Amino acid sequence: MAAPTVSVARSTGRAPTALGGVGRVVEHHWRWYRRNWRATAVSSILQPLLFLLAFGVGFGALVGSGPQAAAATGGTPYLVWLAPALLAMSAAQSAAFDSTYPILSGFKWQRIYLAMSAGPITGAQVGLGVLTWTGVKMFGSGAVYVVVIAIFGGVQGPGIVVSLLAALLTGLAVASLITAFAATVENEGNAFSALFRFVVIPMTLFSGTFFPVDRLPEWVQPVVWVSPLWHGTEVARGAALGTWRLLPTLGHLAVLVGLLVVGSVLVARLFTRRLAR
Amino acid sequence: MSDALVQARGLRKSFGAVEAVRGIDVDVAPGEVFGFLGPNGAGKSSTMRMIACVSPRSAGTLSVLGMDPGVDGPRIRARIGVVPQLDNLDAELSVRENLEIYGRYFGLPRRHVKEKAAELLEFAQLTERAGDTVEELSGGMKRRLTIARSLVNDPELLLLDEPTTGLDPQARHLLWDRLYRLKREGVTQIVTTHYMDEAEQLCDRLVVMDGGVIAAEGSPAELIGRYSTREVLELRFDPEHRPTAEALERHAERVEELPDRFLLYTVDGERTHGDVVGAGFVPLSSLVRRSSLEDVFLRLTGRTLVD
Repeated sequence: MAAPTVSVARSTGRAPTALGGVGRVVEHHWRWYRRNWRATAVSSILQPLLFLLAFGVGFGALVGSGPQAAAATGGTPYLVWLAPALLAMSAAQSAAFDSTYPILSGFKWQRIYLAMSAGPITGAQVGLGVLTWTGVKMFGSGAVYVVVIAIFGGVQGPGIVVSLLAALLTGLAVASLITAFAATVENEGNAFSALFRFVVIPMTLFSGTFFPVDRLPEWVQPVVWVSPLWHGTEVARGAALGTWRLLPTLGHLAVLVGLLVVGSVLVARLFTRRLAR
Repeated sequence: MSDALVQARGLRKSFGAVEAVRGIDVDVAPGEVFGFLGPNGAGKSSTMRMIACVSPRSAGTLSVLGMDPGVDGPRIRARIGVVPQLDNLDAELSVRENLEIYGRYFGLPRRHVKEKAAELLEFAQLTERAGDTVEELSGGMKRRLTIARSLVNDPELLLLDEPTTGLDPQARHLLWDRLYRLKREGVTQIVTTHYMDEAEQLCDRLVVMDGGVIAAEGSPAELIGRYSTREVLELRFDPEHRPTAEALERHAERVEELPDRFLLYTVDGERTHGDVVGAGFVPLSSLVRRSSLEDVFLRLTGRTLVD
């Protein structure tokens, strides 16, 4: 058996462009997904499906079409009113899951980020590639979710496609911030469980997904305003029901884009710092 | 040495108040296998990470493939191969996928990567396991795969950080064989190890590092010639009748006292043994052997390398 032909004169490797590097990281994750999609697909579809059944169908029947419910939803059936918000919520939730333990694993357990950055890929490309992949996966499971919602009769019109994009933006904003945070976590410890307990779960409960936030006491309102999910829910629901107004919608989008930009810059910086020491 | 693949002058690395590398000069010539030898914490891995262009240097100058890692990191990394101390394969992908996906990071076309992966599987004797996930492999196989992966871009320089630590003897010998083949192919290699036999097997030239500085430099034979004698007589005594080192000193060029035995450095071990016994000392056991790098290290640092 011969040793491999190694051209000592000049290596075949070359450094990819900035975008090319991000693309290679996405390709790596796609490769992984093709092998493992069954497990992830089940969990990323099953969970929103359970929410849809429990709240949309079950709780929706309880809410019924009483005058109080009609006042809260503007006369829209509860399931239709809930569906675009569930889309945003499931994007934010899967963003939170994908941006915590898998990131720590990439740095610490499997250390595949170290392997990537030992080649010509930079730390920033690793971080932004991981974030991009989270978005791709989120968009795929969101699209499937739209179909599921439609089957249950929760879709009123084509506006739901815009809701899907709003959900994607929401999920990416959340993912960028949590991914940046995860890049600073050295040990499993309590960091992630605290994050879920004190940030992610309150965010999913008090962002206007299941009931309008104006039903909450006045002093809670400022807490709602800082929640990216609330901004995303407002846009997603406005698009699906056709109830959105220009200025508030632009405001919500500006907040989400702003968070995504800040999050992405932090991801690039913190991945660079963690991988170069 | 203007044609050096790696050249360092006054290279330093600090982590906060801790100085891991305290000013070293290194030249690695094309085609040679160069070793960093030293105990854990000597600064070998920190030095390797600076040469691999992943860890920024704290002071001094460093050039790799004629470029500055601080400026051209990605371009240098595109042309080198790295075998890290801890495997960082993607455990959930197959053996073949690990090679193919890694090649893609180096801007290589899919077709090229596919062919290269087949060739490297053969080289690492992993063709039969190509479809298995990495999780299913033994430690030695993972190590071979890591080495194969580092060759996916036909590197001009290969960096191996403790390539055989934790492997059983058979797996080590197989790896050494593979590295020797690469050397014959002309691939320049830099190896860190805390195994003396590994350094003697692999390295044309090496430096002994201790406490972040270079304690000695040369080929294994040169170092042994300079810092040790041709042979070593090892003597163990009953603790009750253990002589002092001073009492043994007049029979050898130099005596090292270890917790469990004495090392007598001498040109002719058998003859020294005869002298010692003739002087009335009765060792429980004795052994005559050739001097090794272990003795050089002991001489330079006063400590054994691996306890």
